[in-house]
Amino acid sequence: MKTWDAIIIGGGHNGLVTACYLQRSGLDVLVLEKNDWVGGAAVSRSLTPGFTYSNCSYVCSLFRPEIMRDLELPKHGLQIIGYDGGCTFTRDGDYLANYCDHDRHRREFARFSPRDAEAYDRYARDASRHTRFIQPLLMRTAPDPASFRPRDISELLYLGRKFGEMSGKQMAETLRFWTMSVSDYLDQYFETDVIKAYLAQSGIIGTALGPMSPGTAYVLLHHYMGEVDGSTGSWGYARGGMGAITQALAKSFEASGGTVRTGAGVEQVLVRNGRSEGVLLEGGEEVRGRKVVSNADVKRTFLKLVDEKDLPEKFVNRVKNFKIRGSSGKVNIALDSLPVFPALPDGSPCIRGDLHFTDTVERLERGYDDWKAGMWSKDPFLDMMIPTMMDPSMTSPGKHFMSVFVQYCPPKVQGRDWTDADRDAFGETVISQIAEYSPGFRDRIVHKEVRTPRELEAEVGLTEGNIFQGELTFDQLLFNRPVPGYAQYRSPIQNLYICGSSTHPGGGVMGAPGRNAAKEILRDLKRGTLSFSEAHDVI
Amino acid sequence: MSFDAIVIGAGHNGLTAATVLAQSGRKVLLLEASVEVGGGARTIEFHLGFKVSPVAHVVNRLHPKVISTLKLEKHGLELGALAPTVVLSSTGPVVLHGGWGDRLDGVASEEDRKWGEMRKVLLGQAAFLTPFLARKASQFGQFSWRDKAFLAGRAVTLRLKGREKFEDLLRMLLICVADVAEEYLSDDRLQALAAFDAVLGQRLGPRSPTSLLGLLYKLSGGVNGVPGGQVVPIGGMGAVAASFAASARAAGVELRCGANVARILVEDHRAVGVILADGSEVRARQVVSATSPQATLLGMVGPAHLDAGLVRSLSILPGKGNVAKLLLALDGVPDLAGMAGRFVVADSLNEVERAFNPSKYGEVPDRPVFEFVMDKSGTPDGAAVISACIPFAPYDLKQGWDKGRKALTKAVMARLEKHSPGIGKSVVHAELLAPPDLESKYGIPGGHWHHVDMSADRMLMLRPLHELAGYQSTIPGLTLCGAGSHPGGGISGISGLNAAQSVIAGDAV
Repeated sequence: MKTWDAIIIGGGHNGLVTACYLQRSGLDVLVLEKNDWVGGAAVSRSLTPGFTYSNCSYVCSLFRPEIMRDLELPKHGLQIIGYDGGCTFTRDGDYLANYCDHDRHRREFARFSPRDAEAYDRYARDASRHTRFIQPLLMRTAPDPASFRPRDISELLYLGRKFGEMSGKQMAETLRFWTMSVSDYLDQYFETDVIKAYLAQSGIIGTALGPMSPGTAYVLLHHYMGEVDGSTGSWGYARGGMGAITQALAKSFEASGGTVRTGAGVEQVLVRNGRSEGVLLEGGEEVRGRKVVSNADVKRTFLKLVDEKDLPEKFVNRVKNFKIRGSSGKVNIALDSLPVFPALPDGSPCIRGDLHFTDTVERLERGYDDWKAGMWSKDPFLDMMIPTMMDPSMTSPGKHFMSVFVQYCPPKVQGRDWTDADRDAFGETVISQIAEYSPGFRDRIVHKEVRTPRELEAEVGLTEGNIFQGELTFDQLLFNRPVPGYAQYRSPIQNLYICGSSTHPGGGVMGAPGRNAAKEILRDLKRGTLSFSEAHDVI
Repeated sequence: MSFDAIVIGAGHNGLTAATVLAQSGRKVLLLEASVEVGGGARTIEFHLGFKVSPVAHVVNRLHPKVISTLKLEKHGLELGALAPTVVLSSTGPVVLHGGWGDRLDGVASEEDRKWGEMRKVLLGQAAFLTPFLARKASQFGQFSWRDKAFLAGRAVTLRLKGREKFEDLLRMLLICVADVAEEYLSDDRLQALAAFDAVLGQRLGPRSPTSLLGLLYKLSGGVNGVPGGQVVPIGGMGAVAASFAASARAAGVELRCGANVARILVEDHRAVGVILADGSEVRARQVVSATSPQATLLGMVGPAHLDAGLVRSLSILPGKGNVAKLLLALDGVPDLAGMAGRFVVADSLNEVERAFNPSKYGEVPDRPVFEFVMDKSGTPDGAAVISACIPFAPYDLKQGWDKGRKALTKAVMARLEKHSPGIGKSVVHAELLAPPDLESKYGIPGGHWHHVDMSADRMLMLRPLHELAGYQSTIPGLTLCGAGSHPGGGISGISGLNAAQSVIAGDAV
């Protein structure tokens, strides 16, 4: 029987990134994917004739450019189209536009409040300073503060030095920023409700917290540290849908000699004497590998794929207490014509970007209160896009695909499992909110797919449907992610690694966890990391 | 007439600072706007023959260093025995004896064991933090070798406790109390208590990240050497304040009540005295203010003397209270599970969270959770008073406090009636003090006990702002010593003590 150098469980973007780097470093790598397609939550699916859906993740910014370069993804067909524009509709029939161009954005703010326009300069400057502090940490393995190994100590010193480079005032502001709520943070700058609501959205996407919960200012940053073509904070569409990213990764992987097996769900990780030796597939087949790398989230990996008795009790408890809470859903809609939003002037570029209807922080927070009570938000927050405005490859001319990300949506409905009727009612809540702002919207719908955490868990394998494979709260960031003592992509079982978003630096279609994990594996194999370009430090 | 130092505000921190300064041989004038001393620690007759402590009502963190420096016991401080905490819930009471439940009554034995485990972890973490809270906070960029040695010492101490405790603290420091309570406990009542104690006085719910910090802060205190312990002081909080005042007088502090400071006099960018509301001027080499940083700097000094950035930072300091008080005079003694002490009325952690929800939007909860103490000492025979603290009562109430007072009183009475049937009929006088009332009647700025939120981003070196973290304001000669300064609120006296010591050490120019 063949023994692979490395087996990757799950062909999501991080699994594929790890696979690519390992293969390029000379290992013989096998990717096992349970679905009949690779991609995990970065997929393009054709669910109704004539339309391609980005049916899970839907926009791109966080994906690290270093990885794109190293793995030659553009050569394998990846093209990111930056979009300019977007808006938040207000209930009085107006809208707040957002533009990539700082001055244009500032002028739009001035339409609501000259004071806020002035504050926007300050805000943008401060946000980019915080980003500058965090961004270099993404592509580094977090140090273990409890360890006395030279490598951890030197990494801690690096962090200390980086922090020490700031002035006293900046240190104070950085520390405060890390523990603040996005609402309090924005109150320091702005006075207009809709401006605060628009900016606060990034603080809660994918998170089971409200904009008034401490820690959400950091989540805001998590959505700011990406870039499109070197433009930090920009977002874009992947041409052909988000699946284009994972398709390019898979092609790059296969081009360098890697093997992908789809329709191969892993039942169990084979462990003997505290070492993993391979995996058992759902059909009963055994596949042997010297290293096993799981792209599944930390709960699925250690509570389902590994036998509890092979793990230390403390570790199992910490994994059980890892917070991975479903908080969002998705509605994908095929439209036979472009929806009309009377609030927008003709020819407005806003329609090409992200559209929202939540115009106060209070509405966002009340949506979270519903979630805490075990219900989907009655007045949900929507992050809505029509990628076909920029990408004609996803459907035929005149027709459109609309991606609607919905928050908040609970993993269970008041403690019980989702039913199809619940799902339909949830979908209806979303459609009726859109229809309020877009007359005739319902008549344009050709097909729709409603996804609650139930569907996300069943199809993609994300526990509770959490898109980040675990909450981005302080107790689960950096050296605490996923659990203290195991933040360096290794596990208590020798030769078993994790490389998904459950690990540092967390979720989003970023690829950084996958790259960092590959580096650690090669380190254990005492192999060089020539195929890794330097992570860039300056933005 | 000129003094070495003027202290503004005769709350417990002002009294402490004044006394310590006078003990150092300085000539000190203590000015209090109200007719009596005590600030938030006082006892009043709120209805004919009924005495109550209208603001603070338990002592749970009065610092031993303050007690010994001010010789409070010699000056009449009598704390009495530890009071238990009783959780009143619809599923029957739980009693926590000693320091935050070193012994429990009313829970299953397995739960008792789990509580013990959690309590041990939390008390351990609180004990680790205690030295940080007792010493003066250092300022960023200005760490002395002492500060560095202290921090290094703490880090080593922590690591020596073993990898598990080290990791637990780093993981839990900024976690929400709900995650911890649900990890360890399954009894709704104990979860409710942990949640309540963590969020009382905060603008956080039990599911808000960082809310555990409130509980650790509480557990870092204690009385009679018992961590987490509390007493309902004999003679009320007024008796505690009286011992502070006696100590101040003995040290030679000149105490003037009814002296409202209108302005702090600044000449050549230096604080040189104060101007009272009646127009009279008093000069001193140092001015020490125990009122809030906002009231001191924006109100009494004025923006003209301050940096524009500081004015902006001060004006957004979260300084609005979130706790109301309900005072009840009863003509009978209610039966409360046959217990005395501090009572917490909350059924579950989720109920605490639900009570928190409306406060975010400037509303009061329909079903409030609250704590109260019952006292029979300052009342006619056979009568009693109840003093309740009701969290999640925002200063700026949308419907206005005229309506809000009635609504909140009714909601609290309805819950009390369930636990002590007939209590409503025995009420001879009821008074609800919303945060604006605490401000106007008792001079508590913003009606906020802590002057500034005790949130993670306003603690230690960040309290109240990093520029003001070392007690010294940006105006030479002006020092801050109130609850808005490190370590923060509660009747501890540490900010007063540290601020005075910093003046004596010459930190104040």
